[in-house]
Amino acid sequence: MILWWIGDVVLLAVLLPVVVYLLRGVLAAAKSIVPSVQEIATVAAAGSKDLDAAALLVTTQDQVAKTVAGVANYGGSLDVILDDAS
Amino acid sequence: MTPILAFAAAGAVTILAVALIVAALVFYLVSVIVQLRKIVAGLDVTIAGVGGIVQKSAPVNDIVTAINEQLDAGVDLLEGLLVKKAGMTDAVGLVDGLYAGAGAIGFRNFPESSAVKAPRIGEVYTRGTLTLARLGREAPIAAASPDGPVLRNVEGGSLAARALYPEIRQTGPEKLSRSPVIGTDAPVQYEQRDDIGAPRKRLPSRS
Repeated sequence: MILWWIGDVVLLAVLLPVVVYLLRGVLAAAKSIVPSVQEIATVAAAGSKDLDAAALLVTTQDQVAKTVAGVANYGGSLDVILDDAS
Repeated sequence: MTPILAFAAAGAVTILAVALIVAALVFYLVSVIVQLRKIVAGLDVTIAGVGGIVQKSAPVNDIVTAINEQLDAGVDLLEGLLVKKAGMTDAVGLVDGLYAGAGAIGFRNFPESSAVKAPRIGEVYTRGTLTLARLGREAPIAAASPDGPVLRNVEGGSLAARALYPEIRQTGPEKLSRSPVIGTDAPVQYEQRDDIGAPRKRLPSRS
């Protein structure tokens, strides 16, 4: 009978506070993750939006190709028109 | 206290303690579940954003590589043409005259160009004159002296550039046409209007 009462005291005075302490720690850790995840989500969305202009690189590539082709034609003409230095 | 009541009291306390522990477990575990659901929702948004980044940036590497290859070809072409037509020394001087300090770097496809001492072309000629002078005797700027020396003296002064222009003043002619004379002693006087400086005529009033 005495042992039973001792067990009750241990349950209330030791086990319950330990359980509460550990669960509070888990909850605090979980709560601390939420703002970080939300900030990461915001940054990822902004980064994705910043890359919307990446599709224009195709146009840039086309324009560069045309420009280089024009320069090549111009250089070829100059090569014919002008005398060499030596 | 009878033994039966003592057992019942001890059992009740035990049940109460277990109930409190279970209640604490339920409360905190439910709270953790709520927080984890928020984390999952945030990660879903993050994954969507990262997926967009991956999808949009996938072709960038190939496109930028292709652009660089095309630009490299253009640079090779222009460097080769410049060196071929102007010569290594003048080409370095031209580049250095347009972009100060670039002559020391030299041309990419001509490693020996970095050792060439760039003539100070930019201080002798303006960029336009320099560009035209590069064209040689066929340039309009050299039309007046097609048989003269080509271009300019790099080490000399700017007077060499004057010879490329039509003759006006650069050779010091004895007499040039005079500038027009203005003032009261000018040989050409214009008729003066009477109304200038006179009081303005007053119109009759309507009333």
